[in-house]
Amino acid sequence: MEDKKLAIIATKGSLDWAYPPFILASTAAALGYETQIFCTFYGLQLLKKKPKLEVTPLGNPGMPMPLGMDKWFPVLGLALPGMQGMMTAMMKKKMQDKGVASIEELRELCLEAEVKLIACQMTVDLFEMDTDDFIEGVEYAGAASFFEFAGDSDICLYI
Amino acid sequence: MADFDQQLDASGLNCPLPILRAKKTLNAMSSGQVLHVVATDPGSVRDFDAFAKQTGNQLMESKEDGGKFHFLIKKS
Repeated sequence: MEDKKLAIIATKGSLDWAYPPFILASTAAALGYETQIFCTFYGLQLLKKKPKLEVTPLGNPGMPMPLGMDKWFPVLGLALPGMQGMMTAMMKKKMQDKGVASIEELRELCLEAEVKLIACQMTVDLFEMDTDDFIEGVEYAGAASFFEFAGDSDICLYI
Repeated sequence: MADFDQQLDASGLNCPLPILRAKKTLNAMSSGQVLHVVATDPGSVRDFDAFAKQTGNQLMESKEDGGKFHFLIKKS
């Protein structure tokens, strides 16, 4: 039987949204899927050697806030300088305490399992990103090559 | 609990790490050998069942004991 295939488009560059592509890709690979992640727009942040990913409570009413902070700091308070950094630090601490893998670890597991990471050439050019900042093994391609793989995929996700 | 050839302690690890570590350990084992996984993630009960069904490895035993989950997986 030919391997199943999973195609993912990753479009977001925040810490919380970096998880779904890497969790699903690494798990799929462990289950025997051939897997590709096509990173475009802010999803290109997931390819950086040292990803600086953060979470923001802004515009995110579903985010659980510690110590009832959402009551003490209504929307404008959440926009204060330093708030995003603080929320990111708290989220990372919580993840570590709960045995949740870091993004770097999940990405490493993806690479070990031969998950292919593709960078969208158009958005690399658009944002004038330096490809030296990206990890080894990233391939550069466009929409047509995504369809070449996704067209034959069993599962295709836009994240 | 039946005999096993290798043990993996995935206590304290959360999804998807217990599955990924188990897969990695199984890769280094030979066909017919049995892996004993210990986990604390309650989601791992359904996940190891699904893992076995999809990879063809046999889940010989799955049980809870003292707040920990134990799985015996026979490599296909």
